[in-house]
Amino acid sequence: MKLKRYYPIILLAGVLVLIQLITLVTGTAYYLTQLTMAAYYVIVAVGLSMVMGYAGQISLGQAGFFAIGGYTAAVLTTIDLTDKIDRPLFSFLDKTGLLIHKVTLYGDTIVHLSPWISFIAALVLAGVIAYAIGVPVLRLKGHYLGMATMGFGIIIYRIVLGTHIFGEADGISNVPLFPIFPGITIGGDFSIRVVNYYTAWFFVILAMVLLLNLINSRTGRALRSLHGGEDAADAMGVNTARYKVKAFVIAAVFAAAAGVFMTHYNGGIGPSESSVAKSVRYVAIVAVGGMANLWGVLIMGLVLNFLSLRGFFGVYDDAVFGIILVVIMMFFPDGLFQPASLDRVKRLFHGK
Amino acid sequence: MTSEQILQYIFSGITVGSIYALVAIGYNIIYNTTGIINLAQGEFVMLGGMIAYSLSQIMSLVPAVILAVLITGAVGSLIEIVFIRRMKKNSVLGMIVITIGISIIIREIALFIWNEQIRALRFFSGNEISSLDILGARISPQVLWIVGVTTLIVIALYLFFRFTLTGQAMRACASNTRAAKLCGIRTSRMVNLSFMLAAGIGALGGCLVSPLTQTHYAMGSELAIKGFIVAILGGLGNPMAAVAAGLLLGLIESFSISFLPMVYKDVIAIIILLIILVLKPSGLFGSRQTSSLKDF
Repeated sequence: MKLKRYYPIILLAGVLVLIQLITLVTGTAYYLTQLTMAAYYVIVAVGLSMVMGYAGQISLGQAGFFAIGGYTAAVLTTIDLTDKIDRPLFSFLDKTGLLIHKVTLYGDTIVHLSPWISFIAALVLAGVIAYAIGVPVLRLKGHYLGMATMGFGIIIYRIVLGTHIFGEADGISNVPLFPIFPGITIGGDFSIRVVNYYTAWFFVILAMVLLLNLINSRTGRALRSLHGGEDAADAMGVNTARYKVKAFVIAAVFAAAAGVFMTHYNGGIGPSESSVAKSVRYVAIVAVGGMANLWGVLIMGLVLNFLSLRGFFGVYDDAVFGIILVVIMMFFPDGLFQPASLDRVKRLFHGK
Repeated sequence: MTSEQILQYIFSGITVGSIYALVAIGYNIIYNTTGIINLAQGEFVMLGGMIAYSLSQIMSLVPAVILAVLITGAVGSLIEIVFIRRMKKNSVLGMIVITIGISIIIREIALFIWNEQIRALRFFSGNEISSLDILGARISPQVLWIVGVTTLIVIALYLFFRFTLTGQAMRACASNTRAAKLCGIRTSRMVNLSFMLAAGIGALGGCLVSPLTQTHYAMGSELAIKGFIVAILGGLGNPMAAVAAGLLLGLIESFSISFLPMVYKDVIAIIILLIILVLKPSGLFGSRQTSSLKDF
């Protein structure tokens, strides 16, 4: 029965509705804000799980792709096109309804690109960059791959930090709302908090459906064979290079999409979103979730991001993620959600 | 650019390059005995500077630096015993992740002990404003200390690996762990020693640069990346080539500042890394044949 793989999704949807109802009844709707943001980080994490868990490659630059998405959206939707509206391209866009006229707080009218255009541009840009980087870099292994991807992340960080159009250290603010459909708008207004919560988690579910299908397809089998032993997979005629790049590009596009949504939700983006620390955090979540365990990654991504965003870890926020990395690697190299890890816990308590 | 300016850039490049080289030497020592890239290497530099600073409040400079080097060496050895030795699954991916985790923990502990303040060790000779005039370029005497001590370390390491029994045992470990074990070398002790040595050298580097570049709890990660670039540039596993590569990167960075904004300094270094990784992963001075046999 193929539908079986979707049962957990139905369960997840049920849990999400339950959480919303609980916050409604207990008057704690403010939790939904962090749950929404956690959802977007989860999208990055499950994408990374494809690269690390299924393809067996490491990426220490995932925050870079998140930033590519977020900054593309932020730049394209905040540039004022009032002066340029007479040019043929922009007047064409205007007629097709892809330019948005908005009255600012001070009564001026500004014209900017529709978030849909910037959204698509962000995904294409992230995909193209991931492909251009992935083809040469994914030929590397181990430490070299780790450092090359981390290097990519640092380059993105430095570029957004040092370039005027990206707002340098201040980042970009005043990013407009993203009206996806009539009635569904991504943005940080309190009035649309519940809608945003469900929209964000709808995207998570969409991502999960896509990935679960991918895992159980020819690509997924190829990736798993690749993880088991790259040389063996190569010898069996699996085009390992192509599948590695494919997983890398998918993860990058997911991260970029999450970046776009998060930027519209927060109304802005800052350079810290592209820092190495953020990339390491995604790796920590994937590691604790069990690398090749999408559901484990989803659960841990939700829990850890929610706690971190609520300030639960206080000043020890970074330390918590460092400790997670060390403890998981030492005691649970296959993640928490493996039958073997239960035995390990038992053995820890009962001695050998 | 006048010749004095060029000379000034060269001296600043050599200063920065020396510290990169010391970090890269640390990488290579550990890599040679274990096959691990210890991404916490930059943290040892920070620890060295910080511990020496704290000790220098209660004692004179020389014992403070020596103690700082010894303490950091002990920390390195402890890290190997507590974490690295117990790693069950010895995968490269696992090692990358765990050493990053360790570096975060060290950094957070340092933040806890020394807070966010930037600290600087006393100048080894003279003070902030004393400078030497070399062919029209003005440099701090500390630069001579850095270059001198780095040279001494490199010579001492060469002699150690070449002529002492322990050094030879470590090299045996590097070329073939199992064979070394069969010859009666206690490989686990050699691994531990390599962590101690790498941490100590990093700490000494941290003390040397502290007066000039200051010590901050978060300085380690940048140095870790630069040191790694240098280690790759020279060819992983070759401590002597790392010195040449370190000076090269230092000079490139120092000259890049003259025509590019400071923020992009790191970008140049990383682009060099990416080019080297893709075109010649064996490094500038390494041979392709030997590197294809290694497991990165």
